[in-house]
Amino acid sequence: MRTRYACLLLAGVVVSGASAQDGAAPAPAAPAAFVVHAGLVVTMAGEPIADGVVFVRDGKIEKVGKAADLPVPPDLPVVRAAVVTPGLIDAHATVGLSGLLNIPHDQDQLERSAAIQPELRAIDAFHARDELVGWLRGLGITTVHTGHAPGALVSGQTMVVKTHGRSADADVVRPVAMVACTLGDGGRGRDGKSPGTRAKSVAMLREHLQKAKEYAAKRAKDPTTSIDLGLEVTAKVLAREIPMLVTAHRSHDLLAALRVAQEFGFRLVLDGAAEAYLVLPELVAAKVPVLPHPAMARTGGELKNGTMELARLLHDAQVPFGLQSGFEGYVPKTRVVLWEAGVAVGHGLPAAAALHALTIGAARLLEVDARLGTLEPGKDADLALFDGDPFEYTTHCLGAVIDGVQYLGTPR
Amino acid sequence: MELHVWSRLATLALLASAVAQDVPHAFVGARIEPVDAAVIERGTLLVRGGRIEAVGPVAGVKVPDDAVRIDAAGRTIVPGLVCSHSHIGSVAGADGSGPIQPEVRALDGINPRDPGIQKAQAGGITTVNVMPGSGHLLSGQTIYLKLRDVFTVEDLAIKNADGSIAGGLKMANGTNPQKDPPFAGTRGKAAALVRAQFHRARDHQRKLAEGATDPAKMPDRNLALEALVEVLEGKRVVHHHTHRQDDILTVLRLQQEFGFRCVLHHVSEGGLVAEQIAAANVPCSVIVIDSPGGKLEAARLSLTTGAVLDRAGVLVGFHTDDGITDSRLFLRSAALAVRAGMDRDKALQAVTIANARMLDLQERVGSLAPGKDADFVVLSGDPFSVYTRVLQTWVEGKKVFDFAEPRDRLLAVGGYGASDDQAMSLCCYGGQGGQ
Repeated sequence: MRTRYACLLLAGVVVSGASAQDGAAPAPAAPAAFVVHAGLVVTMAGEPIADGVVFVRDGKIEKVGKAADLPVPPDLPVVRAAVVTPGLIDAHATVGLSGLLNIPHDQDQLERSAAIQPELRAIDAFHARDELVGWLRGLGITTVHTGHAPGALVSGQTMVVKTHGRSADADVVRPVAMVACTLGDGGRGRDGKSPGTRAKSVAMLREHLQKAKEYAAKRAKDPTTSIDLGLEVTAKVLAREIPMLVTAHRSHDLLAALRVAQEFGFRLVLDGAAEAYLVLPELVAAKVPVLPHPAMARTGGELKNGTMELARLLHDAQVPFGLQSGFEGYVPKTRVVLWEAGVAVGHGLPAAAALHALTIGAARLLEVDARLGTLEPGKDADLALFDGDPFEYTTHCLGAVIDGVQYLGTPR
Repeated sequence: MELHVWSRLATLALLASAVAQDVPHAFVGARIEPVDAAVIERGTLLVRGGRIEAVGPVAGVKVPDDAVRIDAAGRTIVPGLVCSHSHIGSVAGADGSGPIQPEVRALDGINPRDPGIQKAQAGGITTVNVMPGSGHLLSGQTIYLKLRDVFTVEDLAIKNADGSIAGGLKMANGTNPQKDPPFAGTRGKAAALVRAQFHRARDHQRKLAEGATDPAKMPDRNLALEALVEVLEGKRVVHHHTHRQDDILTVLRLQQEFGFRCVLHHVSEGGLVAEQIAAANVPCSVIVIDSPGGKLEAARLSLTTGAVLDRAGVLVGFHTDDGITDSRLFLRSAALAVRAGMDRDKALQAVTIANARMLDLQERVGSLAPGKDADFVVLSGDPFSVYTRVLQTWVEGKKVFDFAEPRDRLLAVGGYGASDDQAMSLCCYGGQGGQ
């Protein structure tokens, strides 16, 4: 794939359309219909198309094919790029909750008042206009799975949202995607609060799940039972409507997550998973998807045995995986999943597998593949435009298209 | 018994390495980027006795008969990378007792077995300025290291011509050193504390001069002020953490008042005051971070800073600030600067010779030229490609990193045990056990 990109780079990339500043919601000045003409159209639904075109109309993809087969009417504006891919999807972030400035009033990703708070909704905390949302959009990331961060036993909900930068309500794709849980050192309580040990973490989680099970049964029998916001959400996990996203790094914590998921029968997605390579057979057997920590994550604490090859190792073992920017307490305040993927590719993850993970793979994992993840007629017109191999350090992202709205600012 | 075996092994290894140093090594057929000379598409690098003997086109460099000849066709060789700001070696300087502690030396706090040192080798870094942190106005003396395969800090240290250990002095302004008293709570107070300290250093300098002519007037030793006198005399460079444009200008103001030599570090908003920095003729060691923010003063951090400062005429280097960014990906910082518009050659200089200049080491390291230290990196391809790997790192004619060695590979990519302190490095070579 790399050679293919290299061969197909177009000289003199021309970009037309509205430019957008970071942060402030850009004015959707794009035409209702236009064509993206690229040296390589990576549809993620079949082989990439050399010298291809993507027709966009009313926010949706109208048709995709070879330029030679699909003539462009003279009245349709054309945007050019060397490479166009489906808009990239960050399979796990905290952007929009963990704001740019990293001061108390823009950090809403973690509430420490209690260990278990599944009732905290991402949609009530997502700040669409935070500059970092725009930063990601400028690098081709059009959808993020974001929400409450690791750091509490059950820290809250996550959501799937586009990176338009308008509002949570306007940009949301799925308001409730998963419930975030943390095992291991990262999930311990602060200041002497429980859970203080790994075993206590699991015990508290099991008690909570048991309570939710009983609550659900009671509500089913007697609909007048008072609503408990937290148990209501955990009941959805138990009903397998949404997965539990469990952040864990050490191998024994990963196995603990599998154990609890098996006991209660919920759908599990593992996050971080620095030592996943030690328990690959167990992960394969459990058919659990894994979101490996960012390739460039710092290798300290529970990640001390982390490897830049983790995504490659999961891929080789055929463990379903997504790629993520994760959470950062300091800098970079948001990682860029495209760049993390690049380093994973540089460390042996096939580029095609990385692109798959960043598009249709993530879309399936997040259950938004009916709308997102490929360039196919009828899907949302979400595109990322590049002047070369998307994973190369020195390639520029020319911008993104989201729901047919062009965000083509300064190449980055 | 075990000790006996180890010491014999160590002796053997030392002998072997001494021999290896004397035998010339020729890397033939590589693409060579000497940094201070034109790129050689098919070149030979000849090293002997820890120094570079020759570098030039294959046809122009005669490989001695006794040389070890290494086929480097398809490889790219660049100078050993120089990182002007790092915290490897689990270094720590000043403590919480006060904001200004020039007597504290990084030298005394470095763990030479810290895996960060080996990871830096895996990133192609051969020379590094290891500094205390930025939580103080003045957090201590920095130390310039050569990342040799050794186990004492003295053996890692770079020595000045007079035998003293080379290093600078770490200072910081902005929000990081702002704390409750005795620390400064505001920017004005911070500058006042620093100015008062430099005045004390000037007084001490004057007394030392008087003492030189009249021994009766020689003042008692003062470890803190002695370090600052070295700064005032230009023997020790101030490495100054600073982010916001007004904080950068404050450093320049103090630098002019006291006449010390200074390198500005991080300079997140340096692009906003590029002209003033250029006019002051002060070099910048720039940090490259994947997104702006993370703290108030980095809210306007930009990937274009290197390009903007370079175009303004400022000497620009990049640094890892390891653990803020990973030494193993140091070349990536320069590559992202190229992405953001920096001249490619300047970006390579920014991780080699420009940083060497900032450490006063440009005569010894930072480029591939005859007579310089044989510090170089063998790459699998273009230095600025995500697909390129560091294959080997050589320091003073000795290989300190080899991707083909399992233990080195583990450190390079990560995995189980990659972040543990290093045991005897001899353990893992030649199948001697290992972990």
